[in-house]
Amino acid sequence: MSQVTQTTQLFPHELDVPYVEGDHEDGNALAGPLSEIFTVDVTSAEGRCVGCGVTGPVARLHVYGPGPGLVARCPDCGEVVLRLVRGGGAAWLDLRGVVSLRIGLGE
Amino acid sequence: MAIVSRGFQGRRRPSDHRLPPGQYEVHDFPVLSAGPTPRVGRDIWEFTIVTEAGVRHSWSWPQLMALPAEDAVVDLHCVTKWSKFETRWRGVSLDTLLADVETEADYALVHSYGGYTTNLPLADLMDGQAWVAFHYDGEDLDPEHGGPARLLVPHLYLWKSAKWVRGIQLLLQDEPGFWESAGYHDYGDPWREQRYQGD
Ligand SMILES: [Zn+2]
Repeated sequence: MSQVTQTTQLFPHELDVPYVEGDHEDGNALAGPLSEIFTVDVTSAEGRCVGCGVTGPVARLHVYGPGPGLVARCPDCGEVVLRLVRGGGAAWLDLRGVVSLRIGLGE
Repeated sequence: MAIVSRGFQGRRRPSDHRLPPGQYEVHDFPVLSAGPTPRVGRDIWEFTIVTEAGVRHSWSWPQLMALPAEDAVVDLHCVTKWSKFETRWRGVSLDTLLADVETEADYALVHSYGGYTTNLPLADLMDGQAWVAFHYDGEDLDPEHGGPARLLVPHLYLWKSAKWVRGIQLLLQDEPGFWESAGYHDYGDPWREQRYQGD
C-alpha cells in the first residue's frame, strides 16, 4: 500500500484513498530509455522529490509502464517524479517532480 | 440501449474493417497502469461535475445507482495499438449526468482517484457517446480496469476513458491532462491515428 498525501480542493478525496501497488519496476528500467537522451547514466543520479523532499537515486523510483509512457514515482510519497513518452519521432521528458538532479561526472 | 452490437447473432464477422489504422486485435483485456491502483470504497465514492462558474453537481454511489443505466457494446482502441471488439458495459450516460448542468464550457478535464487527468471537448461526452461505467461483462468493474466506476468514451483512444473517475471540470479553455501534457494528442481519434501531438 502507498499513500499520496497531497489533497486538492476541487475534488475532495481525489488522492487520499487506499492504494494497492500495481506491477512496476525500479528506476533501473529507465536506464535504456534515458540513454537515448543522455550520455551519462542518469539512474545513479540523486534527486530530491518535490512532493516529500526525500533525496534518493533515480534507481530507487517506482517505474510504471511502458505504455502509454514511463511514469516514475517517488517510493516514499507516490508523487510522479519523472515521465518519459517516446513516439512520433520524438521523446517527451517531464521532470516535474524532481527539485534537481545531482549527476556525478567525476573530476 | 445506446449502441446495439450486431455481433451477438453468431459467428464473428471478419473484423479488419473495424480496426483503425495501426491497430491489431486482442482477445484479452490488457491492464496499463501509470501508478498504484486506487481502491475506492463505494461508501466514500463520489462523482462531481464542477462548472466553469464553480457550481458543483455531486452523486454518491447510491445516487448513481438510482439513475437510469444503459448497456453499451463497444470496440476499444488503446493508443498502445491494441483494439478489443464488442466489450459489454453498463453505466450511466453522461447525457443523464449533464442534464441539469448549466454551462457555457466547451472543454472538459476529467479527474480520477489517484490524480490522473485527461481532457476532451465537452461535446464528445454528449449525445450518447460517453458513460460512467460500473459493470464490465455483466460483473462489477474490477479496480484494475477502473472500478468501482470509470469513464467510457469509446470513440477516442482508451486513455480518454479515465479509470477510477472522480469528476469532471468544465472549462472555457482546453487544459491538457496527464498524457496530453507529455506528448499525447489533445483529441485522440483512433480513426485519424491521433496518437501524438502533431498527428
Ligand atoms: Zn516523495
